[in-house]
Amino acid sequence: MRRDTEEAKNQFTRRTLLMGGGGALVFTGIGGQLYNLQIRNEERYSLLSDDNQFSYRIQLPSRGAVLDRSGEPVAENRDSYRIFLIREQAGDVDAALDRLARYMPLGETRRERIMRDLARTPRFQPVTVAEDLDWATFSKVNLHLPELPGVMPDVGEVRTYPMPQAFSHVVGYVQSAPPEIAGNDPLLRHPAFRVGRAGVEVARDEELRGSAGQLKVEVNAFGRVIRELPEQSRPATPGRDVTLTIDAAAQRYALERMAGHSGAAVALDVQTGEVISLASAPGFDPNMFVLGIPSREFRELNENIHRPLFNKTLNGLYAPASTIKGMASLAGLREGVIRPGERIFCGGSTQLGNRRFHCWRRGGHGAVNMHEAIKVSCDIYFYELAARLGIDRLGETARLLGFGERFDIGIPMISQAAGNFPSAQWKRARHGQPWTMGDTYNTGIGQGYTQTSPIQLAVYTARMATGRMIQPSLYRRAIAPRFNEIGFDPEHLQVVHNAHVGVVHEPGGTAYWPLQGFGVEGVQMAGKTGTAQVYSITAEERARGLRSSEDRPWHLRNHGLFIGYAPADNPQYAVAVIIEHGGGGTVAAPIARDILKDLVERDPVGRIGPVAALGADRPEG
Amino acid sequence: MASFAQAVPRGISSKLFEINWAFVLLVLLIGVIGVTMLYSVAGGGWEPWAIRQLTRFSMGFCLMLGVAMVPPRFWMAIAYPAYLGVLLLLVGVEVIGVTAMGAQRWLEIGPIRMQPSEMMKITLVLAMARYYHDLPPEKVSSIIGLVVPAVMIGAPVALIVKQPDLGTSVLVAVTGVAIMFLAGISWKLIIAGIVSGLVGAVGLIRFGLEPYQRNRIMTFLDPETDPLGAGYHILQSKIALGSGGLTGKGYMQGTQSHLQFLPEKQTDFIFTMLGEEFGLVGGIGVLALYALLLGHCIMIAISCKSMFLRLVTMGVTTTFALYVFINASMVMGLVPVVGVPLPMISYGGTVMIVMLGGLGLILGAHVHRGAEPSKGGGLFG
Repeated sequence: MRRDTEEAKNQFTRRTLLMGGGGALVFTGIGGQLYNLQIRNEERYSLLSDDNQFSYRIQLPSRGAVLDRSGEPVAENRDSYRIFLIREQAGDVDAALDRLARYMPLGETRRERIMRDLARTPRFQPVTVAEDLDWATFSKVNLHLPELPGVMPDVGEVRTYPMPQAFSHVVGYVQSAPPEIAGNDPLLRHPAFRVGRAGVEVARDEELRGSAGQLKVEVNAFGRVIRELPEQSRPATPGRDVTLTIDAAAQRYALERMAGHSGAAVALDVQTGEVISLASAPGFDPNMFVLGIPSREFRELNENIHRPLFNKTLNGLYAPASTIKGMASLAGLREGVIRPGERIFCGGSTQLGNRRFHCWRRGGHGAVNMHEAIKVSCDIYFYELAARLGIDRLGETARLLGFGERFDIGIPMISQAAGNFPSAQWKRARHGQPWTMGDTYNTGIGQGYTQTSPIQLAVYTARMATGRMIQPSLYRRAIAPRFNEIGFDPEHLQVVHNAHVGVVHEPGGTAYWPLQGFGVEGVQMAGKTGTAQVYSITAEERARGLRSSEDRPWHLRNHGLFIGYAPADNPQYAVAVIIEHGGGGTVAAPIARDILKDLVERDPVGRIGPVAALGADRPEG
Repeated sequence: MASFAQAVPRGISSKLFEINWAFVLLVLLIGVIGVTMLYSVAGGGWEPWAIRQLTRFSMGFCLMLGVAMVPPRFWMAIAYPAYLGVLLLLVGVEVIGVTAMGAQRWLEIGPIRMQPSEMMKITLVLAMARYYHDLPPEKVSSIIGLVVPAVMIGAPVALIVKQPDLGTSVLVAVTGVAIMFLAGISWKLIIAGIVSGLVGAVGLIRFGLEPYQRNRIMTFLDPETDPLGAGYHILQSKIALGSGGLTGKGYMQGTQSHLQFLPEKQTDFIFTMLGEEFGLVGGIGVLALYALLLGHCIMIAISCKSMFLRLVTMGVTTTFALYVFINASMVMGLVPVVGVPLPMISYGGTVMIVMLGGLGLILGAHVHRGAEPSKGGGLFG
C-alpha cells in the first residue's frame, strides 16, 4: 500500500512534468507565431492596417474668380451647404432616404433623381441629395447624423454670378460635367464639381479649374471619418483668377439702357482694343444653370423671340446700313475717285436701268459734298460713290476696317461670326448669279448682302477713329497692345472724322435732333446712325400708304444702329449699338451716346483725366 | 520523506504566513493588466468596462484568498454534491435557460445570472479528484475505474455541447481527460483512446458537423479567401497584431482596435489589442506572466502530499492553461474562432470569479500541501 502510493506519486510527478513540458512547448509555439506576425510580417500587416485606417478623399479645387478690369468679381464662389449619400454606407437606400426625409424636404421627383444617380455611381462614391440648403435644415441634418448612416454633410463652394443679367453672355456658366466629358476622371465625376459650359467659363476652364487635391482621412470600420490629416494631404490647387478688360459698371449700364429692347452694345478702348463692355440684351441668369436648370425654364429661355441665350455682340449678324458710309468715304478718298469738296446732286431717287433707287429722304438733299453726305446720310451720294469705286475697291477698304474679319476675343462664337462683305466671286459662288450695279449700289449704303456683327462695327469705329489696325481683346494683359497705322491719309481721316462730329453736333445731322449734343461740357463726340431694313416694302404696300417701319409687327420692323466715339478731339472710347427692330437710329443713338458719356465721365481706362474732372464739375441741369 | 512531513498550518494567521505571495503577486499583475487594457478599450474611460472589471477582480481576489484558507476536507466533502448540483443546473439550462447570442448558456434565478457550464469546470475537477483520491492506484485502469470518470466527464460535456457551446465543452472534456491521465491510466489505454478519438473526430467532421461548423473550420484554414465574411475577424486580428511590431503603437493608440476593425476587443480579442498597443514586448510579457503562474501551479501540485490536492491543482491548472492557449492561438489564427476568453484579462464576470476561485483552490493546496488525508471517504483534518 505504501509502496503503491509512493509509486503513484512518482508517476503523477512524471506525468505532471510531462504536461508542463507540453505546455512549455505550446507557449513557445504561441510566442513563435507572435514573433512571426509582429516581427517578420510587420511591414505587410502595417500596410494593411494603414489601408484600414486611412482613406483618401478628393479635394475639390476652388474655382478661380472672373474679375472685371478693376477687380470687381463677375463670377465667384460662395459657401454651399450640401448633403451627400454614400450607398456603401447607407445600406438600404430607400430606408436611408426615409430617415433623411424626417429632417429635410425630399420630394418624389428628387428621390427619383437620387435613385437614378445612385444607380450609375460606384457604391463608394457620394451622390448629391441636396445642394444649397439653408442653414436651419443643414444643421438639423447634422444634428441627427448618428442615426443617418451613409449621409455625408459638406460645406462646399458653389459658383455664383453677382451680376447675372449683365454678364450672362460674357462669363457664361458652369454645370456638372456631362458623362461624355467626365469619362472616368474622379474630379469631373464628383457631384459637386462644375466645369465651364459657356462664355469665359468654358474658354478659360483649364486655368479657372485648378487641380484636385487629396485629403488623407482616418476612417473607422464603418467608413466614418474619425479625423482628417491635413499635414499628410495634398491640398487642391485653386484655379487662377481671370481678369477681363470689361468694366463692370459700363457693362451693367449698357444692359440697363437696353432694358426692354433686344440688342447689343459693344464698347472698346480705341487705343488698345480692350473691350470695355460687351452687352447683349436681354440677358439671362447664369446662376440658374449652376444647380441644374429645370427643363421648362430652359425651354422658355430657348424659345423666347428676343433670344436671351444668344450672344448678339459676337454672333448676331446685321446689315451695317448707313454706319458703313464713313468706310465708303475713306475708300473713295483712298482710291482717288472723289474729292471731299465735290458735290453730288440728290433728287430723292436715281434711275439704274429699269430700277429706281431711292434716298431715305423722299425730297432729296440737293447738291451735297462728302461732309454733308455723311452728316445727313444721303443715299444718292453713296450710290454714286460705290458705282465709281466698284465692289472690288470698296471691299478692299472694308476689309482693312474689319468687315468680314473674324474677331476671336477668346469666348466661343459661331462659325459664321465673321459675317460677310460681298464680292463678285462670292455672289457667283453663293447664288450662281453675276454681280450687278444694283448690288454695288446696295452695298454702298450698307444694305444687301453685307452682314456684320456688333463687335465688327465697334472695331471698325475704333479703326476709323485712330487710323490704326485695332484688334479687340477681352482679357487683360500686363502691357496693353499697340497697333500699327492702317495707312490712311491723315487728311482723309480728318474729313471723315469731321463729318461724323457733324452728324451729332451740326444742325441737320441725323443725330443732331435726337441727341441734342453729347451732354458733357467741352466734349464732343463723333457718330453715325444706321437703319437696317429687315423687310422691303412692296409696291402694293407703298400704294396703300404703309411706309413707316413702325406700322409693321415687331419682328418685321427695321433694326436701329449707331456707332460713335468720344472725345472727338482725342478719341478714347468707341461704341457700336444695335437695337433689333428698334425703328431707326433714333432709338440706338441715345443709348450709344449715354454709354459713351458714361465712359468719358467715369473714364475706366484712365487716360482722359482732366476731361472727366471737367465733366464731373459741370453744373447740374 | 521528511521533506514532505510538513506541519499543516491551523490558525488563519499561520495560514496567511504560508501563502505563496509570489503567486498572489502574479495574479495581481495579470488582473491589473486586464483593467488597464479595458480602460484603453473604452478609449480612455473607466466606463463601461474597466470599473466593473476592477470591482469583479477585487471580489474575486478576496474570494481567492478566502478559498485558500478553507481546509481541503471541506472541498472533499462537497465535491460530489457540488458536482451533482451543477449537473442539475445544466439540465435546468436546457429546460429554462436564457438564450444569448444563439446559445443557451445562462440560468436566471431571481437577480442572479449563472453560467453553470463555467461552474462545471471547477466542480468536475473536485469530483474527479475526490474519486481518484479514494480509488486505489491499482484500480485506476480497471473497467470500473474507467467507466465512472468517463460518465462523470461525458454527462456535463454532452449537456454543454447541446447549448451549443463547443469551446467550453472541449475545455471541460480535455480537463477531465487530463485528470484521468495524471491519475495514472496505463499508456496502452491512452494510446487506444487517442486512436479512437482521432477516428471519431474524422467521422464527426465528415458526417456529423452542421454546415456552419464545417464552414468555420474552412475559414480557419484560409481566412483571407473571405476577408469580409467569416474570416474577417481572424484577418483583422492578425493585422492588428502584425502592425503592432516590436513595441506596439502605444497605449490607447491601437488603430485597429479603436477604429472598430477589431471585433469583441473587450472580451475574446483583448490579447490582440494588447499586442497592437504594446507589440511583441507586451505580448510576450503577458504570456510570460501566465507561464510563470502556471509553473507555480505545477510546482504546488508536485509538492502536495494528497492525491486530492494534486489532482485539484492540476485540474484547475489545465483549465487555466487551456484558456490561455486557446485564446492566444485563436487571435493569432492558429485555431478556429471559438469564444474562449483570456482568463482574468478579458471582460466577463463569471469566468473571472470561477478562475480566481480555482486559483484559490491551488493557493489553498499550497497552504495545506502537507495534509495527508485518510482514504476511504473519511473526512480528514
